[in-house]
Amino acid sequence: MMNDPKNTAPAAGPQMLGGKFSLTWHLLPWVLAIIFYFTAEGYLSLGTQAIIWVLFTMSLDLALGYAGIVTLGHAALFGFGAYCAGIFSIHVTGDPLTGLLVATVLTAALGFVTGILILHTTGVTFLMLTLAILSMLFEFANSAKWLTGGDDGLQGMSIDPLLGVFEFDFFGHTAYLYSLAILFIWFVIAWQIVHSPFGKSVDGIRQSPKRMRAIGTPVWWRLVAIYTISSAMAGSAGGLLAHSTQFVGLSALSLFTSGIVAVMLILGGTKRIYGAFIGAVIYVFVQDYTAKLNPHLWEFIIGGLLIAVVLFLEGGLISLVDKARDGLARLVGKGERS
Amino acid sequence: MSAQENSQESSIGLGVENLFAGYGETVVLDDVTVDAKAGGTLAILGRNGVGKTTLLNTIMGFTTRHSGSVKLGGRTIETETPHKRVLAGIGYVPQEREIFPSLTAEENMLVAMRPGGWTLEKVYELFPRLAERRRNAGNKLSGGEQQMLAVARALVGGPQVLLLDEPMEGLAPVVVESLFEALAKVRDESGVTMILVEQHVDLALEFAKDAMVLDRGKVVWEGTCEALKADEAMQASLLGVGAEI
Repeated sequence: MMNDPKNTAPAAGPQMLGGKFSLTWHLLPWVLAIIFYFTAEGYLSLGTQAIIWVLFTMSLDLALGYAGIVTLGHAALFGFGAYCAGIFSIHVTGDPLTGLLVATVLTAALGFVTGILILHTTGVTFLMLTLAILSMLFEFANSAKWLTGGDDGLQGMSIDPLLGVFEFDFFGHTAYLYSLAILFIWFVIAWQIVHSPFGKSVDGIRQSPKRMRAIGTPVWWRLVAIYTISSAMAGSAGGLLAHSTQFVGLSALSLFTSGIVAVMLILGGTKRIYGAFIGAVIYVFVQDYTAKLNPHLWEFIIGGLLIAVVLFLEGGLISLVDKARDGLARLVGKGERS
Repeated sequence: MSAQENSQESSIGLGVENLFAGYGETVVLDDVTVDAKAGGTLAILGRNGVGKTTLLNTIMGFTTRHSGSVKLGGRTIETETPHKRVLAGIGYVPQEREIFPSLTAEENMLVAMRPGGWTLEKVYELFPRLAERRRNAGNKLSGGEQQMLAVARALVGGPQVLLLDEPMEGLAPVVVESLFEALAKVRDESGVTMILVEQHVDLALEFAKDAMVLDRGKVVWEGTCEALKADEAMQASLLGVGAEI
Protein backbone atom coordinates (compact mmCIF):
# COMPACT_ATOMS: atom_id res chain seq x y z
CA MET A 1 0.00 0.00 0.00
CA MET A 2 0.94 3.64 0.18
CA ASN A 3 3.00 3.67 -2.94
CA ASP A 4 2.13 6.86 -4.62
CA PRO A 5 4.66 7.19 -7.45
CA LYS A 6 4.57 10.98 -7.16
CA ASN A 7 6.08 10.78 -3.75
CA THR A 8 8.91 8.38 -4.33
CA ALA A 9 11.08 10.95 -6.09
CA PRO A 10 14.67 10.98 -4.85
CA ALA A 11 15.43 13.35 -2.05
CA ALA A 12 16.71 16.62 -3.40
CA GLY A 13 19.67 18.20 -1.69
CA PRO A 14 21.10 17.11 1.59
CA GLN A 15 19.86 13.86 2.99
CA MET A 16 22.31 14.25 5.82
CA LEU A 17 20.13 16.18 8.16
CA GLY A 18 22.97 17.34 10.34
CA GLY A 19 22.86 14.81 13.10
CA LYS A 20 24.69 12.25 11.02
CA PHE A 21 28.00 14.07 11.06
CA SER A 22 30.24 12.14 13.40
CA LEU A 23 32.67 13.90 15.67
CA THR A 24 35.58 12.97 13.43
CA TRP A 25 34.09 14.85 10.51
CA HIS A 26 33.28 17.79 12.75
CA LEU A 27 36.89 17.96 13.91
CA LEU A 28 38.39 17.71 10.43
CA PRO A 29 38.16 21.38 9.30
CA TRP A 30 39.44 22.67 12.61
CA VAL A 31 42.32 20.21 12.73
CA LEU A 32 43.24 21.16 9.18
CA ALA A 33 43.12 24.83 10.14
CA ILE A 34 45.49 24.22 13.07
CA ILE A 35 47.84 22.14 10.94
CA PHE A 36 47.84 24.96 8.40
CA TYR A 37 48.84 27.37 11.15
CA PHE A 38 51.93 25.35 12.03
CA THR A 39 52.99 24.37 8.53
CA ALA A 40 52.11 27.23 6.25
CA GLU A 41 54.30 30.02 7.59
CA GLY A 42 54.06 32.90 5.14
CA TYR A 43 50.56 31.96 4.07
CA LEU A 44 48.83 32.93 7.30
CA SER A 45 47.50 36.21 5.92
CA LEU A 46 45.94 34.30 3.07
CA GLY A 47 44.59 31.77 5.56
CA THR A 48 43.09 34.59 7.60
CA GLN A 49 41.38 35.94 4.49
CA ALA A 50 39.98 32.47 3.84
CA ILE A 51 38.62 32.23 7.38
CA ILE A 52 36.97 35.63 7.10
CA TRP A 53 35.37 34.66 3.81
CA VAL A 54 34.16 31.40 5.35
CA LEU A 55 32.41 33.38 8.06
CA PHE A 56 30.91 35.79 5.55
CA THR A 57 29.77 32.92 3.33
CA MET A 58 28.25 31.14 6.31
CA SER A 59 26.24 34.27 7.07
CA LEU A 60 24.90 34.27 3.52
CA ASP A 61 24.05 30.58 3.86
CA LEU A 62 21.74 31.39 6.78
CA ALA A 63 19.91 34.05 4.76
CA LEU A 64 20.01 32.67 1.24
CA GLY A 65 20.53 28.96 1.79
CA TYR A 66 18.25 28.29 4.71
CA ALA A 67 15.74 31.13 4.63
CA GLY A 68 15.67 31.61 0.86
CA ILE A 69 16.32 35.34 1.18
CA VAL A 70 17.86 36.03 -2.22
CA THR A 71 20.00 39.07 -1.62
CA LEU A 72 22.59 40.94 -3.62
CA GLY A 73 23.29 43.29 -0.75
CA HIS A 74 25.20 41.12 1.66
CA ALA A 75 28.35 43.15 1.04
CA ALA A 76 26.50 46.09 2.62
CA LEU A 77 26.55 44.23 5.92
CA PHE A 78 30.12 43.01 5.50
CA GLY A 79 31.42 46.44 4.55
CA PHE A 80 29.38 48.17 7.23
CA GLY A 81 30.89 45.86 9.85
CA ALA A 82 34.36 46.53 8.51
CA TYR A 83 33.92 50.32 8.59
CA CYS A 84 32.38 50.18 12.06
CA ALA A 85 35.31 48.21 13.42
CA GLY A 86 37.79 50.47 11.63
CA ILE A 87 36.23 53.76 12.67
CA PHE A 88 35.72 52.53 16.21
CA SER A 89 39.40 51.62 16.51
CA ILE A 90 40.44 55.08 15.35
CA HIS A 91 38.05 57.18 17.41
CA VAL A 92 37.26 55.14 20.48
CA THR A 93 39.55 52.29 21.38
CA GLY A 94 41.86 49.90 19.59
CA ASP A 95 40.80 46.93 21.67
CA PRO A 96 39.91 44.32 19.05
CA LEU A 97 37.28 42.37 20.99
CA THR A 98 35.36 45.49 21.95
CA GLY A 99 35.62 46.74 18.39
CA LEU A 100 34.40 43.44 17.01
CA LEU A 101 31.48 43.36 19.40
CA VAL A 102 30.52 46.91 18.42
CA ALA A 103 30.79 46.08 14.71
CA THR A 104 28.67 42.96 15.22
CA VAL A 105 25.97 44.68 17.21
CA LEU A 106 25.75 47.71 14.89
CA THR A 107 25.58 45.52 11.81
CA ALA A 108 22.88 43.40 13.44
CA ALA A 109 20.97 46.63 14.06
CA LEU A 110 21.42 47.63 10.42
CA GLY A 111 20.19 44.22 9.32
CA PHE A 112 17.23 44.42 11.69
CA VAL A 113 16.14 47.86 10.50
CA THR A 114 16.64 47.20 6.79
CA GLY A 115 15.11 43.74 7.22
CA ILE A 116 11.98 45.23 8.74
CA LEU A 117 11.77 47.63 5.80
CA ILE A 118 12.38 45.26 2.93
CA LEU A 119 11.48 41.72 4.00
CA HIS A 120 7.84 42.37 3.19
CA THR A 121 8.86 42.04 -0.43
CA THR A 122 10.13 39.02 -2.31
CA GLY A 123 11.78 38.11 -5.58
CA VAL A 124 13.03 40.81 -7.91
CA THR A 125 11.67 43.65 -5.76
CA PHE A 126 13.62 42.40 -2.77
CA LEU A 127 16.72 41.89 -4.90
CA MET A 128 16.53 45.49 -6.15
CA LEU A 129 16.02 46.84 -2.65
CA THR A 130 19.09 45.01 -1.34
CA LEU A 131 21.00 46.43 -4.28
CA ALA A 132 19.72 49.92 -3.48
CA ILE A 133 20.82 49.67 0.14
CA LEU A 134 24.25 48.48 -0.94
CA SER A 135 24.59 51.33 -3.44
CA MET A 136 23.51 53.91 -0.88
CA LEU A 137 26.04 52.71 1.67
CA PHE A 138 28.73 52.57 -0.99
CA GLU A 139 28.04 56.14 -2.07
CA PHE A 140 27.93 57.31 1.50
CA ALA A 141 31.28 55.72 2.27
CA ASN A 142 32.62 57.19 -0.95
CA SER A 143 31.54 60.75 -0.22
CA ALA A 144 31.95 60.94 3.56
CA LYS A 145 35.71 61.32 3.31
CA TRP A 146 35.99 62.85 6.78
CA LEU A 147 34.72 59.60 8.27
CA THR A 148 35.71 56.83 5.91
CA GLY A 149 38.56 58.24 3.90
CA GLY A 150 36.48 57.97 0.74
CA ASP A 151 38.06 56.04 -2.10
CA ASP A 152 41.48 56.21 -0.44
CA GLY A 153 40.11 53.85 2.15
CA LEU A 154 40.14 54.12 5.91
CA GLN A 155 43.66 54.90 7.09
CA GLY A 156 45.30 55.14 10.43
CA MET A 157 43.80 52.23 12.26
CA SER A 158 45.80 50.81 15.09
CA ILE A 159 44.70 47.70 16.85
CA ASP A 160 45.75 46.96 20.41
CA PRO A 161 47.08 43.54 21.36
CA LEU A 162 44.41 40.90 21.63
CA LEU A 163 43.41 40.41 25.28
CA GLY A 164 46.15 42.94 26.02
CA VAL A 165 48.81 40.29 25.30
CA PHE A 166 48.97 39.10 21.70
CA GLU A 167 50.24 41.72 19.27
CA PHE A 168 48.88 41.67 15.73
CA ASP A 169 52.16 40.72 14.06
CA PHE A 170 53.27 41.24 10.48
CA PHE A 171 53.08 37.52 9.68
CA GLY A 172 49.51 37.28 10.86
CA HIS A 173 49.82 34.68 13.63
CA THR A 174 47.49 36.51 15.96
CA ALA A 175 45.04 37.53 13.26
CA TYR A 176 44.79 33.93 12.06
CA LEU A 177 44.03 32.39 15.44
CA TYR A 178 41.79 35.30 16.41
CA SER A 179 39.73 34.89 13.24
CA LEU A 180 39.63 31.13 13.64
CA ALA A 181 38.33 31.46 17.20
CA ILE A 182 35.62 33.91 16.15
CA LEU A 183 34.67 31.63 13.25
CA PHE A 184 34.39 28.71 15.65
CA ILE A 185 32.07 30.63 17.96
CA TRP A 186 29.84 31.64 15.05
CA PHE A 187 29.94 28.13 13.64
CA VAL A 188 28.61 26.69 16.90
CA ILE A 189 25.87 29.32 17.00
CA ALA A 190 24.91 28.74 13.36
CA TRP A 191 24.90 24.94 13.79
CA GLN A 192 22.65 25.21 16.81
CA ILE A 193 20.32 27.60 15.02
CA VAL A 194 19.82 25.57 11.88
CA HIS A 195 19.13 22.41 13.86
CA SER A 196 16.69 24.08 16.24
CA PRO A 197 12.93 24.22 15.64
CA PHE A 198 13.48 27.89 14.79
CA GLY A 199 15.94 26.88 12.08
CA LYS A 200 13.55 24.25 10.77
CA SER A 201 10.76 26.79 10.62
CA VAL A 202 12.99 29.11 8.59
CA ASP A 203 13.70 26.16 6.31
CA GLY A 204 9.96 25.68 5.99
CA ILE A 205 9.48 29.34 5.12
CA ARG A 206 11.90 28.97 2.22
CA GLN A 207 9.85 26.05 0.93
CA SER A 208 6.40 27.53 1.46
CA PRO A 209 5.75 30.77 3.33
CA LYS A 210 2.02 30.31 2.85
CA ARG A 211 2.09 26.90 4.44
CA MET A 212 4.10 28.22 7.38
CA ARG A 213 1.49 30.91 7.94
CA ALA A 214 -1.15 28.21 7.84
CA ILE A 215 0.50 26.45 10.77
CA GLY A 216 0.71 29.64 12.77
CA THR A 217 4.23 30.90 12.09
CA PRO A 218 4.81 34.66 12.07
CA VAL A 219 6.72 34.42 8.80
CA TRP A 220 7.89 37.99 8.54
CA TRP A 221 9.30 38.10 12.06
CA ARG A 222 11.13 34.83 11.57
CA LEU A 223 12.70 36.22 8.41
CA VAL A 224 13.68 39.43 10.19
CA ALA A 225 15.20 37.34 12.98
CA ILE A 226 17.31 35.12 10.73
CA TYR A 227 18.32 38.13 8.61
CA THR A 228 19.45 39.95 11.74
CA ILE A 229 21.52 36.97 12.86
CA SER A 230 22.98 36.67 9.37
CA SER A 231 23.78 40.39 9.44
CA ALA A 232 25.53 40.11 12.79
CA MET A 233 27.66 37.32 11.37
CA ALA A 234 28.48 39.27 8.21
CA GLY A 235 29.34 42.28 10.37
CA SER A 236 31.69 40.14 12.42
CA ALA A 237 33.38 38.98 9.26
CA GLY A 238 33.78 42.60 8.17
CA GLY A 239 35.15 43.51 11.59
CA LEU A 240 37.72 40.73 11.36
CA LEU A 241 38.74 42.00 7.93
CA ALA A 242 39.32 45.48 9.33
CA HIS A 243 41.30 44.16 12.29
CA SER A 244 43.45 41.72 10.36
CA THR A 245 44.37 44.08 7.51
CA GLN A 246 44.17 47.29 9.55
CA PHE A 247 42.59 48.89 6.53
CA VAL A 248 39.11 49.16 5.06
CA GLY A 249 38.60 49.96 1.38
CA LEU A 250 35.48 50.78 -0.58
CA SER A 251 35.67 47.37 -2.23
CA ALA A 252 34.24 45.84 0.95
CA LEU A 253 30.98 47.59 0.03
CA SER A 254 31.02 46.73 -3.66
CA LEU A 255 28.52 44.67 -5.59
CA PHE A 256 31.44 42.52 -6.66
CA THR A 257 31.93 41.46 -3.05
CA SER A 258 28.28 40.39 -2.88
CA GLY A 259 28.87 38.39 -6.03
CA ILE A 260 32.01 36.72 -4.70
CA VAL A 261 30.32 35.55 -1.53
CA ALA A 262 27.42 34.13 -3.52
CA VAL A 263 29.84 32.27 -5.77
CA MET A 264 31.62 30.85 -2.73
CA LEU A 265 28.35 29.64 -1.30
CA ILE A 266 27.17 28.01 -4.51
CA LEU A 267 30.59 26.42 -5.06
CA GLY A 268 30.68 24.93 -1.59
CA GLY A 269 27.02 24.04 -1.33
CA THR A 270 24.09 25.84 0.21
CA LYS A 271 22.17 24.85 3.30
CA ARG A 272 25.03 22.89 4.81
CA ILE A 273 27.06 25.34 6.95
CA TYR A 274 30.16 23.36 5.98
CA GLY A 275 29.56 24.29 2.35
CA ALA A 276 30.83 27.76 3.26
CA PHE A 277 34.10 26.25 4.52
CA ILE A 278 34.78 24.45 1.28
CA GLY A 279 33.57 27.12 -1.12
CA ALA A 280 35.38 30.04 0.48
CA VAL A 281 38.66 28.19 1.07
CA ILE A 282 38.79 26.80 -2.45
CA TYR A 283 37.95 30.18 -3.94
CA VAL A 284 40.60 32.04 -1.97
CA PHE A 285 43.36 29.52 -2.64
CA VAL A 286 42.52 28.90 -6.28
CA GLN A 287 42.44 32.64 -6.82
CA ASP A 288 45.80 33.12 -5.11
CA TYR A 289 47.50 30.28 -6.93
CA THR A 290 46.20 30.96 -10.42
CA ALA A 291 46.63 34.72 -10.14
CA LYS A 292 50.32 34.09 -9.64
CA LEU A 293 50.46 32.21 -12.92
CA ASN A 294 48.50 34.83 -14.80
CA PRO A 295 46.59 37.79 -13.38
CA HIS A 296 43.46 37.01 -15.36
CA LEU A 297 43.52 33.26 -15.26
CA TRP A 298 41.78 32.94 -11.90
CA GLU A 299 38.54 34.37 -13.19
CA PHE A 300 38.42 31.70 -15.88
CA ILE A 301 39.22 28.95 -13.43
CA ILE A 302 36.66 30.08 -10.84
CA GLY A 303 34.08 30.66 -13.56
CA GLY A 304 34.69 27.23 -15.03
CA LEU A 305 34.54 25.62 -11.62
CA LEU A 306 31.26 27.37 -10.88
CA ILE A 307 29.70 26.22 -14.15
CA ALA A 308 30.90 22.66 -13.56
CA VAL A 309 29.50 22.61 -10.03
CA VAL A 310 26.14 24.06 -11.02
CA LEU A 311 25.80 21.65 -13.95
CA PHE A 312 27.14 18.45 -12.47
CA LEU A 313 27.22 18.71 -8.69
CA GLU A 314 23.86 19.45 -7.23
CA GLY A 315 24.57 20.42 -3.67
CA GLY A 316 28.00 21.90 -4.41
CA LEU A 317 31.50 20.64 -3.71
CA ILE A 318 30.48 19.42 -0.28
CA SER A 319 28.52 16.66 -1.98
CA LEU A 320 31.92 15.22 -2.98
CA VAL A 321 32.77 15.05 0.71
CA ASP A 322 29.47 13.22 1.28
CA LYS A 323 30.39 10.71 -1.40
CA ALA A 324 33.87 10.23 0.03
CA ARG A 325 32.43 9.75 3.49
CA ASP A 326 29.82 7.26 2.33
CA GLY A 327 32.51 5.40 0.38
CA LEU A 328 34.74 5.26 3.45
CA ALA A 329 31.85 4.08 5.58
CA ARG A 330 31.20 1.27 3.10
CA LEU A 331 34.87 0.29 3.05
CA VAL A 332 35.02 0.25 6.83
CA GLY A 333 31.78 -1.71 6.98
CA LYS A 334 33.18 -4.30 4.57
CA GLY A 335 36.38 -4.50 6.55
CA GLU A 336 34.47 -5.21 9.72
CA ARG A 337 32.38 -7.91 8.10
CA SER A 338 35.25 -9.79 6.45
CA MET B 1 -6.24 25.37 34.41
CA SER B 2 -5.36 27.12 31.17
CA ALA B 3 -7.80 27.51 28.33
CA GLN B 4 -5.78 25.11 26.24
CA GLU B 5 -5.73 22.35 28.80
CA ASN B 6 -9.42 22.83 29.01
CA SER B 7 -9.98 22.69 25.28
CA GLN B 8 -11.03 19.05 25.32
CA GLU B 9 -14.09 19.88 27.34
CA SER B 10 -14.96 23.36 26.21
CA SER B 11 -15.16 23.34 22.44
CA ILE B 12 -15.70 26.45 20.37
CA GLY B 13 -17.46 26.81 17.07
CA LEU B 14 -16.85 28.82 13.95
CA GLY B 15 -19.31 31.13 12.30
CA VAL B 16 -19.23 32.85 8.94
CA GLU B 17 -21.82 35.50 8.20
CA ASN B 18 -22.84 37.04 4.87
CA LEU B 19 -19.45 36.45 3.43
CA PHE B 20 -18.51 37.80 0.03
CA ALA B 21 -14.99 36.83 -0.95
CA GLY B 22 -12.83 35.73 -3.84
CA TYR B 23 -9.53 36.44 -5.53
CA GLY B 24 -8.87 40.09 -6.23
CA GLU B 25 -11.93 41.65 -7.85
CA THR B 26 -13.47 38.28 -8.63
CA VAL B 27 -16.19 37.26 -6.20
CA VAL B 28 -16.38 33.51 -5.67
CA LEU B 29 -18.34 33.30 -2.43
CA ASP B 30 -21.68 35.04 -2.73
CA ASP B 31 -23.32 35.78 0.60
CA VAL B 32 -22.24 32.63 2.41
CA THR B 33 -23.25 31.98 6.00
CA VAL B 34 -21.85 29.02 7.88
CA ASP B 35 -22.48 27.90 11.41
CA ALA B 36 -20.14 25.17 12.57
CA LYS B 37 -21.35 24.25 16.03
CA ALA B 38 -18.90 23.86 18.87
CA GLY B 39 -17.60 20.30 18.98
CA GLY B 40 -19.62 19.40 15.91
CA THR B 41 -18.70 18.18 12.48
CA LEU B 42 -19.77 20.00 9.34
CA ALA B 43 -19.39 18.62 5.84
CA ILE B 44 -19.22 21.13 3.01
CA LEU B 45 -20.33 19.49 -0.21
CA GLY B 46 -20.73 20.55 -3.79
CA ARG B 47 -19.48 19.96 -7.28
CA ASN B 48 -16.00 20.95 -8.39
CA GLY B 49 -15.35 24.65 -8.55
CA VAL B 50 -18.30 25.86 -6.49
CA GLY B 51 -16.09 27.58 -3.90
CA LYS B 52 -15.54 24.96 -1.19
CA THR B 53 -11.78 25.41 -1.05
CA THR B 54 -12.20 29.17 -1.40
CA LEU B 55 -14.41 29.10 1.68
CA LEU B 56 -11.72 27.36 3.74
CA ASN B 57 -9.07 29.68 2.31
CA THR B 58 -11.17 32.67 3.29
CA ILE B 59 -11.60 31.35 6.82
CA MET B 60 -7.80 31.15 6.89
CA GLY B 61 -7.34 34.61 5.41
CA PHE B 62 -5.69 33.66 2.14
CA THR B 63 -8.24 35.30 -0.18
CA THR B 64 -9.70 38.74 -0.71
CA ARG B 65 -12.66 39.32 1.58
CA HIS B 66 -15.09 41.91 0.27
CA SER B 67 -17.53 41.86 3.15
CA GLY B 68 -18.95 39.63 5.83
CA SER B 69 -17.53 38.30 9.07
CA VAL B 70 -15.66 35.26 10.32
CA LYS B 71 -15.98 34.46 14.01
CA LEU B 72 -14.07 31.90 16.02
CA GLY B 73 -16.07 31.28 19.16
CA GLY B 74 -17.10 34.82 19.98
CA ARG B 75 -14.02 36.40 18.54
CA THR B 76 -14.01 38.28 15.24
CA ILE B 77 -11.01 37.13 13.21
CA GLU B 78 -11.68 38.22 9.64
CA THR B 79 -9.15 41.03 9.76
CA GLU B 80 -6.39 38.98 11.39
CA THR B 81 -3.37 37.70 9.44
CA PRO B 82 -3.40 33.95 8.70
CA HIS B 83 -0.87 33.02 11.34
CA LYS B 84 -2.82 34.86 14.04
CA ARG B 85 -5.94 32.93 13.10
CA VAL B 86 -3.96 29.75 13.66
CA LEU B 87 -2.79 31.02 17.02
CA ALA B 88 -6.41 31.85 17.81
CA GLY B 89 -7.28 28.19 17.35
CA ILE B 90 -7.79 27.22 13.71
CA GLY B 91 -5.99 24.21 12.28
CA TYR B 92 -5.80 23.88 8.51
CA VAL B 93 -5.09 20.78 6.47
CA PRO B 94 -4.79 22.00 2.88
CA GLN B 95 -5.68 19.96 -0.14
CA GLU B 96 -2.11 19.98 -1.43
CA ARG B 97 -0.80 18.69 1.93
CA GLU B 98 2.34 20.75 1.41
CA ILE B 99 4.70 18.68 3.48
CA PHE B 100 8.15 20.30 3.67
CA PRO B 101 10.30 17.92 1.61
CA SER B 102 13.61 18.72 3.25
CA LEU B 103 12.37 18.27 6.82
CA THR B 104 11.83 14.87 8.41
CA ALA B 105 8.33 13.78 9.35
CA GLU B 106 9.01 14.70 12.95
CA GLU B 107 10.57 18.05 12.07
CA ASN B 108 7.50 18.84 9.97
CA MET B 109 5.55 18.60 13.20
CA LEU B 110 8.12 20.32 15.42
CA VAL B 111 7.90 23.52 13.39
CA ALA B 112 4.14 23.66 13.99
CA MET B 113 4.16 22.58 17.62
CA ARG B 114 2.78 24.87 20.29
CA PRO B 115 2.21 24.51 24.01
CA GLY B 116 -1.26 23.15 24.60
CA GLY B 117 -1.30 21.31 21.28
CA TRP B 118 -1.08 17.58 20.79
CA THR B 119 2.16 15.98 21.92
CA LEU B 120 4.23 13.81 19.62
CA GLU B 121 3.31 10.74 21.70
CA LYS B 122 -0.37 11.45 21.23
CA VAL B 123 0.05 11.96 17.51
CA TYR B 124 2.06 8.75 17.17
CA GLU B 125 -0.63 6.90 19.05
CA LEU B 126 -3.17 8.17 16.52
CA PHE B 127 -0.89 7.50 13.54
CA PRO B 128 1.51 4.65 14.44
CA ARG B 129 2.71 4.75 10.85
CA LEU B 130 4.19 8.22 11.41
CA ALA B 131 6.17 6.94 14.39
CA GLU B 132 7.81 4.38 12.11
CA ARG B 133 8.55 7.06 9.54
CA ARG B 134 9.53 9.87 11.90
CA ARG B 135 13.10 10.13 10.63
CA ASN B 136 12.20 10.01 6.95
CA ALA B 137 12.37 13.18 4.89
CA GLY B 138 9.04 14.65 3.84
CA ASN B 139 9.53 13.72 0.21
CA LYS B 140 10.20 10.09 1.12
CA LEU B 141 6.69 9.63 2.47
CA SER B 142 3.84 8.08 0.54
CA GLY B 143 0.70 10.04 -0.26
CA GLY B 144 -1.16 8.49 2.65
CA GLU B 145 1.66 9.18 5.07
CA GLN B 146 1.88 12.76 3.86
CA GLN B 147 -1.83 13.19 4.49
CA MET B 148 -1.51 11.76 8.00
CA LEU B 149 1.40 14.12 8.57
CA ALA B 150 -0.62 17.07 7.30
CA VAL B 151 -3.36 16.24 9.82
CA ALA B 152 -0.81 15.64 12.58
CA ARG B 153 0.90 18.94 11.82
CA ALA B 154 -2.40 20.73 12.34
CA LEU B 155 -3.10 18.86 15.58
CA VAL B 156 0.22 19.69 17.25
CA GLY B 157 -0.73 23.35 16.94
CA GLY B 158 -3.62 22.72 19.32
CA PRO B 159 -6.54 23.69 17.10
CA GLN B 160 -10.06 24.09 18.37
CA VAL B 161 -11.49 24.18 14.89
CA LEU B 162 -9.96 21.91 12.26
CA LEU B 163 -10.42 22.63 8.54
CA LEU B 164 -9.90 19.60 6.32
CA ASP B 165 -9.77 20.12 2.57
CA GLU B 166 -10.41 16.85 0.76
CA PRO B 167 -8.18 14.74 2.99
CA MET B 168 -9.08 11.52 1.18
CA GLU B 169 -8.25 12.79 -2.30
CA GLY B 170 -6.02 10.53 -4.36
CA LEU B 171 -5.54 7.90 -1.68
CA ALA B 172 -5.92 4.14 -2.04
CA PRO B 173 -9.12 2.76 -0.47
CA VAL B 174 -7.27 0.97 2.30
CA VAL B 175 -5.49 4.20 3.23
CA VAL B 176 -8.75 6.12 3.12
CA GLU B 177 -10.16 3.63 5.58
CA SER B 178 -7.38 4.01 8.14
CA LEU B 179 -7.31 7.80 7.81
CA PHE B 180 -11.07 7.90 8.24
CA GLU B 181 -10.79 5.87 11.43
CA ALA B 182 -8.15 8.22 12.79
CA LEU B 183 -10.20 11.31 11.98
CA ALA B 184 -13.24 9.71 13.60
CA LYS B 185 -11.17 9.20 16.71
CA VAL B 186 -10.22 12.88 16.73
CA ARG B 187 -13.89 13.75 16.25
CA ASP B 188 -15.09 11.53 19.10
CA GLU B 189 -12.32 12.01 21.63
CA SER B 190 -10.93 15.51 21.30
CA GLY B 191 -13.92 17.82 21.13
CA VAL B 192 -12.35 19.64 18.18
CA THR B 193 -14.86 21.27 15.87
CA MET B 194 -14.32 19.90 12.38
CA ILE B 195 -15.18 21.35 8.98
CA LEU B 196 -14.68 18.85 6.19
CA VAL B 197 -14.66 19.54 2.47
CA GLU B 198 -14.98 16.26 0.67
CA GLN B 199 -15.76 14.87 -2.77
CA HIS B 200 -16.55 11.41 -1.41
CA VAL B 201 -20.15 12.24 -0.50
CA ASP B 202 -20.84 8.89 1.17
CA LEU B 203 -17.78 9.20 3.38
CA ALA B 204 -18.56 12.80 4.25
CA LEU B 205 -22.16 12.06 5.17
CA GLU B 206 -21.08 9.13 7.29
CA PHE B 207 -18.42 11.20 9.03
CA ALA B 208 -20.19 14.47 9.74
CA LYS B 209 -23.27 15.42 11.65
CA ASP B 210 -24.28 18.49 9.70
CA ALA B 211 -23.92 19.26 6.04
CA MET B 212 -24.21 22.17 3.70
CA VAL B 213 -24.14 22.23 -0.08
CA LEU B 214 -22.57 25.02 -2.12
CA ASP B 215 -23.37 25.81 -5.70
CA ARG B 216 -21.75 28.65 -7.62
CA GLY B 217 -20.63 30.29 -4.43
CA LYS B 218 -24.01 30.18 -2.72
CA VAL B 219 -25.35 27.94 0.02
CA VAL B 220 -28.15 25.96 -1.62
CA TRP B 221 -28.91 23.45 1.10
CA GLU B 222 -28.27 23.05 4.83
CA GLY B 223 -29.32 20.43 7.31
CA THR B 224 -28.26 17.26 9.00
CA CYS B 225 -26.35 14.54 7.21
CA GLU B 226 -29.12 12.12 8.17
CA ALA B 227 -31.63 14.12 6.19
CA LEU B 228 -29.42 14.37 3.13
CA LYS B 229 -28.48 10.70 3.31
CA ALA B 230 -32.13 9.66 3.41
CA ASP B 231 -33.11 11.74 0.40
CA GLU B 232 -31.29 10.38 -2.62
CA ALA B 233 -33.25 12.50 -5.06
CA MET B 234 -32.07 15.58 -3.22
CA GLN B 235 -28.49 14.34 -3.33
CA ALA B 236 -28.71 13.79 -7.04
CA SER B 237 -30.15 17.20 -7.73
CA LEU B 238 -27.78 19.06 -5.43
CA LEU B 239 -24.60 17.20 -6.05
CA GLY B 240 -25.24 15.93 -9.54
CA VAL B 241 -24.16 12.82 -11.29
CA GLY B 242 -20.51 12.07 -10.76
CA ALA B 243 -20.30 13.88 -7.47
CA GLU B 244 -19.11 10.63 -5.99
CA ILE B 245 -15.76 10.34 -7.64
